[in-house]
Amino acid sequence: MFRPRYLVRKGVQLAVTLFAVVTFNFLLFRVLPGDPIRLIARSGHLPPGAVEQLRKLFGLDQPLIVQYGYYLRNLARGNFGFSYTYREPVADILAQRMTNTIVLLGAATVLIVGLGVGLGVLAASRRGTRIDSGTVVSALVFWSLPTFWTGMILVFVLGVWVHALPISGITTPGAIYSSVWQRISDVARHIALPTITLALVDVAQFVLITRSALVDVLTEDFILTAKAKGLSHRRVIWAHGFRNALLPVITASALYISLVVGGAIQVETVFSWPGMGRLIYDAVLRRDYPILEACFLIFAVTVILANLASDLLYQVLDPRVREA
Amino acid sequence: MASPSMALEERSGALAAARRTWNDLWGDALGRTGVILLVFVGMVAVLGPMVFPFDPKAVGRSAVDILRPPSASHWLGTDELGRDVFRATLSGARISLLVGLLATAISILAGALIGVIAGYYPGWLDSGLMRITDFFLVIPTLPLVIALAALFGQSLGIIILVIGLTGWPGTARIVRSQVLSLRERQFIARIRSFGASDARIVGLHILPNVLPLIFANTVLVIAGSILSEATLAFLGLGDPVHVSWGTMLHFAFVSGATGRGAWWYFLPPGVGIVVVVLGFTLVGHTLDQILNPRLRTR
Repeated sequence: MFRPRYLVRKGVQLAVTLFAVVTFNFLLFRVLPGDPIRLIARSGHLPPGAVEQLRKLFGLDQPLIVQYGYYLRNLARGNFGFSYTYREPVADILAQRMTNTIVLLGAATVLIVGLGVGLGVLAASRRGTRIDSGTVVSALVFWSLPTFWTGMILVFVLGVWVHALPISGITTPGAIYSSVWQRISDVARHIALPTITLALVDVAQFVLITRSALVDVLTEDFILTAKAKGLSHRRVIWAHGFRNALLPVITASALYISLVVGGAIQVETVFSWPGMGRLIYDAVLRRDYPILEACFLIFAVTVILANLASDLLYQVLDPRVREA
Repeated sequence: MASPSMALEERSGALAAARRTWNDLWGDALGRTGVILLVFVGMVAVLGPMVFPFDPKAVGRSAVDILRPPSASHWLGTDELGRDVFRATLSGARISLLVGLLATAISILAGALIGVIAGYYPGWLDSGLMRITDFFLVIPTLPLVIALAALFGQSLGIIILVIGLTGWPGTARIVRSQVLSLRERQFIARIRSFGASDARIVGLHILPNVLPLIFANTVLVIAGSILSEATLAFLGLGDPVHVSWGTMLHFAFVSGATGRGAWWYFLPPGVGIVVVVLGFTLVGHTLDQILNPRLRTR
């Protein structure tokens, strides 16, 4: 399926990019103005001895290059440093948070891909009709909504006004569940609004890209042939059209990951979803840099891996690129 | 695409081309809607604060003045400090637009410069610059912008710089591919054989042909920059002195206006953002259809 040379090249590229991201991350958080010791101590009034001790403890008395060595070694061991505000290793805080974010993004992605592809295909197959222009205009309007504000509106309308859905957290506080199913249904009710918010805003890109890719494909001769063969409309669109329109959609999904990561930060903030996004928001407000640093690194690595995955998928799906 | 003609002819045709583009834009329903929205917001931003100046220090005297619903004295009610939301929204328009436009200027200048250099000088310069571009293209923008703003402070200047310096990779890619195809054209080869310098070729013959595409891209980047600013400010990283729509929404959120049902507080700034971003998106989308050679040949 893949040529060994291609895989080696991709592997080297990945290693270089990851190394660059790690280094960038290290430097970014080391050039910050201000003394990290003060941030750790949360106070400017420390006895001089204590400052020296802390400096030594965190290796801050070493030259930058040595600190960089420590940093790489710690990362390799899964040590992301120590939070200023939680007074806990960042890695411990992250574990649960990551799961919650993955659950939220998973739910949103299923909704977005399904809805986006469906609406895009619908618009393209009815090109030039009211349905088509209506879909395009709605997509542009929803694209223009700030994610966090859309969340606030939904909180107001569905949470405060109608009281239809819970607006904050992942479970009902203090709830005691009689079964696992009850717990799952409670989480499902809590995940509804954040998921809908993400989907409303981020579905637009998928709709527009699917539509324009399919519009392109539908002008090809083999579509005419398929129609002339007497195939049903549905078969022409899905089996002949959509299959060939998939490639741009795959490319777009790499961009989507980057987009939805930003969306998660906003939505988790608005709905107090205890994931990495909310963690970032709290860390920003309290200037807890080790947490920011770790979250940034994890998001960056995720997006890089998603890009690689979409590249590889592209290769599988398009035999023309495979040989190149 | 204009026929590969002499530079003189192209320049005299530039005005006609601009006119044609405007006619196409105005003739398109979406494009026209976008233009109208933008003219409206532009007028509000320029004239609004002159007619209804906003005084951030004019806070309410007592608890009764706080989060009041719309009334004759406060058309859009009051915020959590008892200030007039209508006036705050008008003055926020200026800040949001200012940040969006200046940040975009930085992004476009940086992107166009890098794109032209990379496209015009193939080889190590091109591949080096494109490696850097791809690196910044894969880094998730919002976490990066948050980290930078949190590290370097919350002034308007820093926010403009941060958004501007993270927004260029897309432009660089678009410009590079256009320059790459232009430099292989016959008319460029001919001009080069006359002994024209690189600066002259790029300035007089390549740039004018790339500009329409940059223009369409710019309009879309503005929409993105305004959204970025709003998001940053909402997350509490806005300039506390120059209050933008995003900053207003931050305080609306933090003060619990959503939960208390104070719709007059969080609706106006949000609607403002949507109208501006939609205006730029509609215009940019339409311009892209008109000016992008890849889309136009359809």
